[in-house]
Amino acid sequence: MIHSLFLINCSGDIFLEKHWKSVVSQSVCDYFFEAQEKAIDVENVPPVISTPHHYLISIYRDKIFFVSVIQSEVPPLFVIEFLHRVADTFQDYFGECSETAIKDNVVIVYELLEEMLDNGFPLATESNILKELIKPPTILRSVVNSITGSSNVGDTLPTGQLSNIPWRRAGVKYTNNEAYFDVVEEIDAIIDKSGSTVFAEIQGVIDSCIKLSGMPDLSLSFMNPRLLDDVSFHPCIRFKRWESERVLSFIPPDGNFRLISYRVSSQNLVAIPVYVKHMISFKENSSSGRFDVTIGPKQNMGKTVESVVMTVHMPKAVLNMNLTATQGSYTFDPVTKVLTWDVGKITPQKLPNLKGLVNLQSGAPKPEENPSLNIQFKIQQLAISGLKVNRLDMYGEKYKPFKGVKYITKAGKFQVRT
Amino acid sequence: MSGNGLSYSEQGGEAAPELGQEAATTTTPSIPAAFGLFCSDIKKNEDLKQMLESSKDSAKLDAMKRIVGMVAKGKNASELFPAVVKNVASKNIEIKKLVYVYLMRYAEEQQDLALLSISTFQRALKDPNQLIRASALRVLSSIRVPIIVPIMMLAIKEASSDLSPYVRKNAAHAIQKLYSLDPEQKEMLIEVIEKLLKDRSTLVAGSVVMAFEEVCPERIDLIHKNYRKLCNLLVDVEEWGQVVIIHMLTRYARTQFVSPWKVVEEYSEKNFYESDEEQKEKDQKVKDTYTMDPDHRLLLQNTKPLLQSRNAAVVMAVSQLYWHLAPKSEAGIVSKSLVRLLRSNREVQYIVLQNIATMSIQRKGMFEPYLKSFYVRSTDPTMIKTLKLEILTNLANEANISTLLREFQTYVKSQDKQFAAATIQAIGRCATNITEVTDTCLNGLVCLLSNKDEIVVAESVVVIKKLLQTQPAHHGEIIKHMAKLLDNITVPVARASILWLIGEYCERVPKIAPDVLRKTAKSFTNEDDLVKLQILNLGAKLYLTNSKQTKLLTQYVLNLGKYDQSYDIRDRTRFIRQLIVPNEKSGALSKYAKKIFLAQKPAPLLESPFKDRDHFQLGTLSHTLNTQATGYLELSDWPEVAPDPSVRNVEIAESVPDSFGGFTCLLSSFFLICSDSEDTEKKKKGISKKITTSNSSDTESASSEESSSDSKSESDSKSDSEPGKSRCTTSSKVTTQVSVPTKTHELLHRMSGKGLAAHYHFSRQPGIFGDRMVSVQVTVTNTTDHKIENIHIEEKKLPSGMRMHEFSPIECLEPAGSVTVSVGIDFCDSTQMASFQLCTKDDCFNVSIQPPVGELLLPVTMSEKDFKKEQGMLTGMNETSTAIPVAPQNSTRLVVIEKLVKAANLGVVPSGQDNIHRFAAKTVHSGSLVLVTVELKESSTAQLVINTEKTVIGSVLLRELKPVLSQG
Repeated sequence: MIHSLFLINCSGDIFLEKHWKSVVSQSVCDYFFEAQEKAIDVENVPPVISTPHHYLISIYRDKIFFVSVIQSEVPPLFVIEFLHRVADTFQDYFGECSETAIKDNVVIVYELLEEMLDNGFPLATESNILKELIKPPTILRSVVNSITGSSNVGDTLPTGQLSNIPWRRAGVKYTNNEAYFDVVEEIDAIIDKSGSTVFAEIQGVIDSCIKLSGMPDLSLSFMNPRLLDDVSFHPCIRFKRWESERVLSFIPPDGNFRLISYRVSSQNLVAIPVYVKHMISFKENSSSGRFDVTIGPKQNMGKTVESVVMTVHMPKAVLNMNLTATQGSYTFDPVTKVLTWDVGKITPQKLPNLKGLVNLQSGAPKPEENPSLNIQFKIQQLAISGLKVNRLDMYGEKYKPFKGVKYITKAGKFQVRT
Repeated sequence: MSGNGLSYSEQGGEAAPELGQEAATTTTPSIPAAFGLFCSDIKKNEDLKQMLESSKDSAKLDAMKRIVGMVAKGKNASELFPAVVKNVASKNIEIKKLVYVYLMRYAEEQQDLALLSISTFQRALKDPNQLIRASALRVLSSIRVPIIVPIMMLAIKEASSDLSPYVRKNAAHAIQKLYSLDPEQKEMLIEVIEKLLKDRSTLVAGSVVMAFEEVCPERIDLIHKNYRKLCNLLVDVEEWGQVVIIHMLTRYARTQFVSPWKVVEEYSEKNFYESDEEQKEKDQKVKDTYTMDPDHRLLLQNTKPLLQSRNAAVVMAVSQLYWHLAPKSEAGIVSKSLVRLLRSNREVQYIVLQNIATMSIQRKGMFEPYLKSFYVRSTDPTMIKTLKLEILTNLANEANISTLLREFQTYVKSQDKQFAAATIQAIGRCATNITEVTDTCLNGLVCLLSNKDEIVVAESVVVIKKLLQTQPAHHGEIIKHMAKLLDNITVPVARASILWLIGEYCERVPKIAPDVLRKTAKSFTNEDDLVKLQILNLGAKLYLTNSKQTKLLTQYVLNLGKYDQSYDIRDRTRFIRQLIVPNEKSGALSKYAKKIFLAQKPAPLLESPFKDRDHFQLGTLSHTLNTQATGYLELSDWPEVAPDPSVRNVEIAESVPDSFGGFTCLLSSFFLICSDSEDTEKKKKGISKKITTSNSSDTESASSEESSSDSKSESDSKSDSEPGKSRCTTSSKVTTQVSVPTKTHELLHRMSGKGLAAHYHFSRQPGIFGDRMVSVQVTVTNTTDHKIENIHIEEKKLPSGMRMHEFSPIECLEPAGSVTVSVGIDFCDSTQMASFQLCTKDDCFNVSIQPPVGELLLPVTMSEKDFKKEQGMLTGMNETSTAIPVAPQNSTRLVVIEKLVKAANLGVVPSGQDNIHRFAAKTVHSGSLVLVTVELKESSTAQLVINTEKTVIGSVLLRELKPVLSQG
């Protein structure tokens, strides 16, 4: 399926190539560069490109293009999903998926790619299995290896690979047995000019960090499981139990992983935790405009709204902005025309406000549309949908684990049109 | 040396050609930059060669790492081949792996030298370590040297019957490699594929289907017998395999089942069908009462849970399966999951939106409830925006158009002008499709004509032109307005559109039209070709309708056209002149000039670019590109009459009890098949199932229910054997199957139960009912021909201390139906019977469950060291041991493990010695450790030792395990 893979950085250098079948010349990437040039913006490079002899399917992650060469029909999502899995694995191994990290660990990268794909078909993609085959680099290990001459490569087949629970390694041991669950909910919303909600939806995930010895069998239940409308599961979850009892029952992988992601049913009205008052105007035939934005709390269940950041893509005609913020600080990048206002915490007594003048390019026509405001925020200790974990039970092991659940609500794609 | 340090020094060396000064930091002496290119390369490679020759592994490893670094960058390292290939037999596993990496890259170029390594692989293929066997096969099949084709073929054949499913998986991959190397091996390879398709391991399934798709997709007959198995295994297969299998099964189903869509048509077209009543009886039956083939239903049912997968490719695969195979009423369930994918990465969004766009043209209803999920954000990339817009337009109808138009208003003002232009086209399409809003849209578009941005105006003009064509009668005003615009607009398409409009409707604007011609005649030479053509057109039309005013002007324009640089325009000029200007030579045609030029032209249809994409299978590369990609396999049309469904029946000897797992357990299926010899009960069930599935109509629901409940039991039984099982991976069969301890016991015979039969088996599921309970799966089957109602448990007569967790009463059991329920029993670590009554609405039957001692255990994982420590504490009284005979075929590690784990619920302890096998478990109730050691001796005997403080359990277990290894 996947013939070759090229990693390309932003300036167009191919810094890594790997072939699983016959070698494909680097020149195939020229088609990609061509498409990239045409697209202007990296975001707009089409993920699937057809060339005379090959097809190129690419993803863009962390300033790197992963360009895969395909020779025949294949579901494009298959390749895209796999490439993202590769990037995730790099992230997992090296802490970041950057050009430097990959270059520094080129041997491990190569070994990983070799294990992940055989003849273009995925072989082992579970991080728990990979980590048994190829140990992630740590300073301690590299010191030990250089002294003892032992290697980073495991010589037995990871047990998970063959078992019915491929995601878990065998023989896990911890002195402190802990299980943490982060319930993270994001509000996607479009708010229109008048402040009414055009579209709002809550998307949530439960990220887990499980450090439990042996083979624990966990079951997690919710106070109000009916809230979850559409759920996607980590393969470890027993689907039947969920269908019949609405309980998440699973033998977890070791370490960090995403247990489920869900959408809250759209019938429920979504509480919008902040409101924005805005006054943005550009005067006709003049090189200036006014900008005045106030953010305030709304429906936040008595919790404070924190880490509020507003970003605005100003129209091209804007030259500079001269603003004063009552709280936090703002920056305006005259090249990308992005205004960022880091507000911080919102206190209802004194609402944060940013106002001032906008300098426009003289002679340019007045921008007809006001820019939309993208808001980010965070609310600790609150799942905005009201989802609550009821209890976590563990079977199969004797010790008492330490359990923790954290709730957090964030803005997802939260946009205010002005 | 550390990985980091290494790659650095490698980089330094690597960089030497470009940056001379950097070379100083490495072992290579610094060389003047100008000559660096050659000198340093040779130097460095010499140095690498030396390192590879060195006796120290660390030096070799360093060298290999640097070489791999070169390979990764795409630099040529082929001249090191002889030095590298020598190390292929290295003891150090990392060196070996890196050599493999190198070989796979360069063997094709250096075939002769590559042959040197072959014998090493052949040896490794016999290695006891499955990882080594597998990777040897991988490399051997990856080096693409045609001479070794026979060797590869042999290796693949051998590996395809390897004990380890992992090796078999690699064999499946190797099939494709060999096929691409030498397509002449096809026939032989198909044999191997056929064999591997029968494999029950979930690990193999995905890979072999992949090989099937690549080598012999046309051999659909190979699938028949494996169809049900694949459906049932699907949930347990790894996600990548799932995608491939689902795509294959979609194709398969299209050739084997009749269309479920006919039903709807049939109702609407009753008359049509009445006319050909003479048709075959069978055909008639299909039409009158369409019943879905149970196998068709099985596929739909077993893929549905996969919509919940975290893998977008799997969700998409299931969606396309439902789109192409499910009855129209059921396809709707996929929309929710597809919309969920829209939260994913940009690339995933792109593909998913494309597919939704195609779907939404045909079946608007599917996505209407999610209309707002397609609203555009200003931060979306343009390609995503336009796709969303496309879908919104497809979904527009009378009910939501006003909301949509309001939304579109925002988009039109977008700073992204390309997107704004696309929105205008979308508005145009809405206007033609929904007549109620045509006027509103037109007015809106006319307002846009005064927009500042030229692209927006131009696009509006083009769209208005198309709209006016559909209803030109009362739009003289708009045309006049547009004529005025001509002075300002420079975009050629827009200018051309205006000129065309004026020409077409010149009779409605008799005063303006000649004036426009006058103006454009002046600027003719500076216009774009597109515009010039329209000026000529306009002239011609005016000449015909209003020759008095425009005759001279037109001739002037025609003269200009005659000497134009573009031959297109010169041609057109000549053509028009002949047609409209009467002279002696002009033929009969000029009489009809007016008819030709001023004919009523059909209005253009504004259509979605995704309109015809659905002839490609959704989710495929071809669909994305909208052209047929190499290797695209056409989805056939539904057959008129379904081919014989009995081809999918599997002989009972191999009948697989439905083993639907759900996400509950991704189980390697090779454990689950009950070996037929021992399990007559299962067989019976298999038969009864066959009966239910083959008579299709009413029992369908019952049988499907049965299968799902069955599967639950199956899966549960698997999932609990998990913890201990992880090591005994290779337990599978060469030719005969190996069973999991799903041996069923009879609870109630159907004769004594008045037609109600019950069986139970120990599912080894830890702790569903609390951690001291043993869970027992009870399968209740109704063999009568009437419903049995209210099946429940009563009058438990349990020995003291024993507790039981009942199942909730079964309200009603259909004839021939069966239901599996779980019961939890705390046996207090004794083998006493748990007696109770199984009651129906009318009767009560005394039954009892007696546990084998092996089922009173829970596997424990521990290290060898811990095991020895624990064992040291459990000596003396707590130790029982005996010598047992061992059949010669049972003396390998894999078999021993598999046999013991089957007999008792034990966890395998990794062992350093080949002849000693250790197992650990704890009792369910008290949690006391039970340690089992099997030490194989010479001459077919072994010492079996059991250490536990529960001496009774120990001795009973000893008795039970004794015969296990002596049987063949």
